[in-house]
Formats: sequence, structure tokens, C-alpha cells
Amino acid sequence: MNLDFSPEENAFRQEVRAFIKDNYPADLRAAQNSGQPLTRDLYLAWHKVLARKGWVAPSWPKEFGGTDWTPTQKYIWSEESAAAETLPPLPFGVSMLAPVIYTFGAEEQKKRFLPGIYNGEVWWCQGYSEPGAGSDLASLKTKAEKITADDGKEYYIVNGQKTWTTLGQFADWGFFLVRTDPDAKPQAGISFLLIDMKSPGISVRPIVTLEGGHEVNDVFLDNVKVPVENRIFHENQGWTCAKALLAHERSGIAGVARSKRNLEKLREIATTERSDAGGSLLSDAFFRRKVAELEIDLTALEFTELRTLAGESSGKGPGPESSILKIKGTEIQQRLQELALEAVGHYGAPFLRDLGHNAQIGPDYAAGLAGEMFNGRKTSIYGGSNEIQRNIIAKMVLGL
Amino acid sequence: MDFSFTEEQSMLRDTVASYLADHYSFEQRRAILGQEPGWSPAIWKAFAEELGILGAPFSEALGGLGGGPVENMIVMQEMGKALVVEPYLGTVVIGGGFLKHSGHAGAEALIAQIIAGEAIFAFAYAEPQGRYNLADLKTTAARDGAGWVLNGHKAVVIGGPYATHLIVTARTGGGQRDAQGVSVFIVETSAPGVTRRDYPTVDGFRASEITFENVKVGAEALVGPEGHGLPLVEKVVDEALAATCAEACGVLQKLHEGTLEYTRQRKQFGQPISAFQVLQHRMVDMFIQVEQAVSMTYMATIKLGDDKERTKSAAAAKVQIGKACRFVGQNAIQLHGGMGMTDEMAIGHYFKRATMIESAFGSTDHHLARYEFLSLGQAA
Repeated sequence: MNLDFSPEENAFRQEVRAFIKDNYPADLRAAQNSGQPLTRDLYLAWHKVLARKGWVAPSWPKEFGGTDWTPTQKYIWSEESAAAETLPPLPFGVSMLAPVIYTFGAEEQKKRFLPGIYNGEVWWCQGYSEPGAGSDLASLKTKAEKITADDGKEYYIVNGQKTWTTLGQFADWGFFLVRTDPDAKPQAGISFLLIDMKSPGISVRPIVTLEGGHEVNDVFLDNVKVPVENRIFHENQGWTCAKALLAHERSGIAGVARSKRNLEKLREIATTERSDAGGSLLSDAFFRRKVAELEIDLTALEFTELRTLAGESSGKGPGPESSILKIKGTEIQQRLQELALEAVGHYGAPFLRDLGHNAQIGPDYAAGLAGEMFNGRKTSIYGGSNEIQRNIIAKMVLGL
Repeated sequence: MDFSFTEEQSMLRDTVASYLADHYSFEQRRAILGQEPGWSPAIWKAFAEELGILGAPFSEALGGLGGGPVENMIVMQEMGKALVVEPYLGTVVIGGGFLKHSGHAGAEALIAQIIAGEAIFAFAYAEPQGRYNLADLKTTAARDGAGWVLNGHKAVVIGGPYATHLIVTARTGGGQRDAQGVSVFIVETSAPGVTRRDYPTVDGFRASEITFENVKVGAEALVGPEGHGLPLVEKVVDEALAATCAEACGVLQKLHEGTLEYTRQRKQFGQPISAFQVLQHRMVDMFIQVEQAVSMTYMATIKLGDDKERTKSAAAAKVQIGKACRFVGQNAIQLHGGMGMTDEMAIGHYFKRATMIESAFGSTDHHLARYEFLSLGQAA
């Protein structure tokens, strides 16, 4: 047991740091600093640079573009990315769909879809949740009926509604869970379909969230015609794909490196802000205790993640223990957000979005904090709510 | 970066675990605690001779197994699972720690006696007025020719009744709470002027109030630099903290497992109470606490060799472990219902140990304040 980095690992860190510094797109950096919503091209700008470098998807198998990095190298990569506040490649294609395709897909599906995901040419969105199927995802009702069309080929005709589709307004394609056997038990009658978002019959409607942003959408499917070769894995066995995807979604969700960076920023804010007594807020007995406890909890999460990674490197995939990372990771992200908002006092209140670029009200760092905190409440709800994660641990780990 | 155990380390764990499974069951422990002297010299002899574990963290040159903090962690975690009262912490971790780090002239001989099971150490550092401040000392050591003469009162010396040697912190200069003027001595318990008042502790150990009345010791009794001993004390206490965290991990794992097992077999309203979601989520939260305690113990143990990070890491780990001991311990009793209140079941005994670990070498608040200072600087 040791925490030492080898000379090769330190050299790798320098290489990563220099690459980010020299290649991070300046227009993306400027847009991130301004706090304004990003355009589609900006969302993909860094992704495309990484694709050219070969670093988009470190965790994929090497044959599809993975880097074959050790867990330590991946750890270094995420630390450096977080420290430089990069915008990581969007998760929908790279971390959610791709593992399903390379694990369960047919050869021609891997060839057809993985390159577009890797290069950032195709924007993917997720069609899982429905108005009546949230935590109880298997109760989904969107229906797909198989027909043979006039061209002699088989198609699914899909009807239903999906919701909470993140950034669906930009998507070229979506991966959907649909019911192909209405008579089977809930989990047994589901299939995993890839659908072109330009298909006739698809419409996307924005949902404005409480902080005022447009991030999520409703997706309506009205007699959408989907070729059967767009189905991943067997008919009625899509739940197997869905479960695998959720485990991947959970393991990346701890966000330790990003939280460490945000903790640094919180400390900077609390050093600048004044306490009632006139000293720095960070010297205030009550506030500093909250910061210290958060820091210790984050350390515990970090080492729990490192233990999980060490287990994975010995051949195990992310298991149900990754639910711990989801629960603690999101709790810590939320505490960071609420403490940052708490730290800025009065200047948490102004709502600046519609005032334009020159709205200088209060300190710069205070401007987005309330929005981030409001938006951040989603993290303990999405990806299987934290209560569902406790059910997963109870059943899969504790055997209750 | 590497989180795996070597083959030797895994064997060490298996050896200790299987020996304790055979010789230190809950009933066997109860028998040991229920009669004088309140610990088992026979078990200790077996640790030395059969298992060879009293040499776990000492170099092979000294006759040990060539291990270090990780080996102490492994042994302490298994001892926690069995609620072992025999003084591995006081003797091997603390006594051995002072001898290893001080460059004391007699260290080699004393370590050989530790490994052989002959020298047993207890750590006489706390004082009635001092709470958790290691420098708050009224005990004095004054020069007496070439040697020293000690006077003072040491509080709740765990393992005092069966120790052959005491590690004593005393003031050779400075004011009552000054960092300067702290020195460390080795005093044999048989020395004239050492008086013990022995008693049991609530979690099954034996301890003593020890008074020193004009106790004369030779020059060789001084361990480490005269008047500048506090850094040495802090270093060894950080090692003791990490080892105590490891013990706590064993205790916590047993509290959690015991609760899972009990709720599976206890039926109410026509079903096992483990089927109730409110209890399932409680047990998941206990599990998360246990896992994080283990993670922090690894972290603190690995960082013992890093002089810059060591103290902050040990404090952080103790905060996490202290909270885990309270949450997991109290909920284990709660989920056992009335049975959790009985002396008959092991669970209550693990709870009592967990509760005492909360304040061992400083409470959660103490270490949180220490962490705050080290990470965030001085408070206003």
C-alpha cells in the first residue's frame, strides 16, 4: 500500500497539464467565464480536440479508442482536468451509450456508431424517464410495435413520451428504452433502441428548470418509424443494457476531482468575504467548522473511490458499491453549493441572467451561485435517486 | 499508487483472524475478563511465540517481521473484531514507536523483549486536568545527579495493571501547557515510589491511576531529546490514532454485520424486520459509514510516513471514525431493540468499545479543531 507516484506517472501529469494548457479552446474558456449558456459548437469544442489527441474515452477498450491508462493515470487525468476547469466530453454518448454498444452491440453496430460518438460528430441524448416512470423506470409505457413495411423491411413503430432529456434540443440521435412486450413482467418486455432525432413524428419541448435554465426537455414520439437494426441486444432484453448503463453512470458521478476544485474556490470566497466580527469568513468558528467537516468527508469519498478503482483494476467492473459514490458524491456537491451561496450573503440574491454581459452587481464569484445551488438539487434525484441507491445497496450488497 | 496488500500481509491477517476465531470467541473473552488478572498472559505468550505478531512492525534486523504501519493496521483491525484487550496498542504500537523513533540507546534490547512477549508497555500521558492536550502536564522530572526524579499523577493508564514498563510524559521545564519543556521517560512499574490504583474500564480493559512520588530513574530513562520531546509524542500519538482507527474498523464491521444478521432472523408483524425499508436504509447508512471509516484508516496509515501530511490525516481519520462509532454503534443497539440492551449479547460490548474509541486520544471535537487549525489556519 502506498500513495506514491512513479517518475513515469509524474511525467504523465506534466504531459497532461501542458496539453490542456496549450490546447484548451480560448472561446470556450471565455464563454465558461461569462456564465452565459453555451452553444452547440462550444459544447463540442474540447471534445473534438481530445478526439484528435486520442483522449476522449480513456475507459473504453483499446480497440475502440480507449487509452489503456492505469487507474492511477485516469486519476491524474481527472485531477488535472478538474484543476484546469475543463468542460469534459458530454456523458451521453461517451460514458453512457458507448459501453452498452461495445458490450452488447453487434459488430456492425459498433462500427456504425462508436466513431461518431468518439469524434463528437453525433450528439446523443437519453430517452429513459417518462412522466409516469421515474425511480420505477421499469414501469415505462412508450410502446414499440414491430411491423413489416412496404419495402419488405422490419420496423418498430414507437409511440409515447420521454422526459428529463438533458440537452435533447441539440441531439442528433437518442437511445431509448421502449416496451416491446406489453404482456411480460415489467423488466422483461423492454428493448433498447437507437433513434434518429430527425425522424418524422419526434418533437422536443423545453422544460425550464427552477434556476431559469433550459437544460432538459420532453420528447414526444408519434408513430416514429425505427429500423429493427437500430435495436441493441435482443428484443425484450433491453433492461440488461439499461442496468449496465446505470452502473457506469453511478461510478462517474462521485466527481471527486471537481469537488476538490470547488472546495478550493469556496475557501477563496470565504477568505475574501467578511464575518459579522469583521475577520475573514473562513476564520468564523461556525463557518470554518462546516468547511472542515466537508473537507474531511470529501477525503473519505476520495479514498473510497480509490479503493473502488483498485478493485476495478483487479478485473471487477463497477459494482453496486458504486452506489456509495453516487450518494456521497452528490451530497458533497450539494453541500459545496449551499456553502458557497451561504458565504456570499446578500449577493446571493440578484438574478442577473437577463441583464446582459455588463451587469456588474456584487462580486463576480457571487453571480451564478444561487443558480448552481438550485440546479444542483437534481444530482440527488437523477441517475436513480439517492433513496433508490440505498435500495440497490440494501438488496445487492447487504443481501436484505 | 497501490491499495493492495502483499501476500505476507494477507497471511498475517489470516493468521491473526484464525487464531482469534479459535481462542478469543465472545465466551472465551468473557471468561478472561471475568477473572484476575483481567487479561490473558497465555494469549500474549501465544502472540509472541506461536504467531510472532509482536514483531510485526519491527525490522528484521531487530528480530521483527519487517513490517510497519500497514502491519499494525492489519493486526489492530482483527483485534477490533474480537474485542481483544491484550495490550498490542500500548506495547507494540506505542512502546515500540517511542523506541523506534527516539534512537534510544536501550531500544534494541527493549524491542527484543517486546517481541518475546516479556516487556509490556503502558502509556502514562493523560493527567486529570489535561483533557486531550498532550502538553498539559503537571508531572515533573527534575535532575537528580546523573538521573531524574519524577513526581505527579497520571490518569486512566490503559493496561497499567499488567505493564512492566511505563512511557511517562513529564515536564522538565516551561509552564503547564508549554510546548517546550516536555520530556519522555521509560519507568519500570516496579520502581519505588510508583503507586497504582487499578480498576476495570467500561469496555473491558483494566486501567490505573498512577502516582509518582520521588521516583528515581537513571539517565538512560530519558527517551528522545530533553525538553523537546513533544514532536516525538505527537508522532507516536498519530501512529496510535491510526492503529485505533484500524481497531475501530474491526469493531464497526462487527456491529454492522451483527445488525444485518439479527434483523434477518427477528420477526415482527409476520416478517423479518430486515424487510422494512426504513431499517434497510438505516443499515445502508451504517454500511456507508463503515466503508468510509476503512477508507480513512487506509489513508491515515499510509500517510504516517509523510511528516507534512501525517497529523492532518490522522486528525481527519479520527473525526470520521468518531462519527462512525457513534452512528453505527447507537443504531446497532437501536435495531437490536430490547435485546441490544442485554449484557448477554455481544453487540452491546462492541457498542461500549466503539463509544470509548470515540474519545480515545481525543474526541471528535478535539480532532476537528486540530484539523481546522492545520487546514484553515488560526480561527478569529
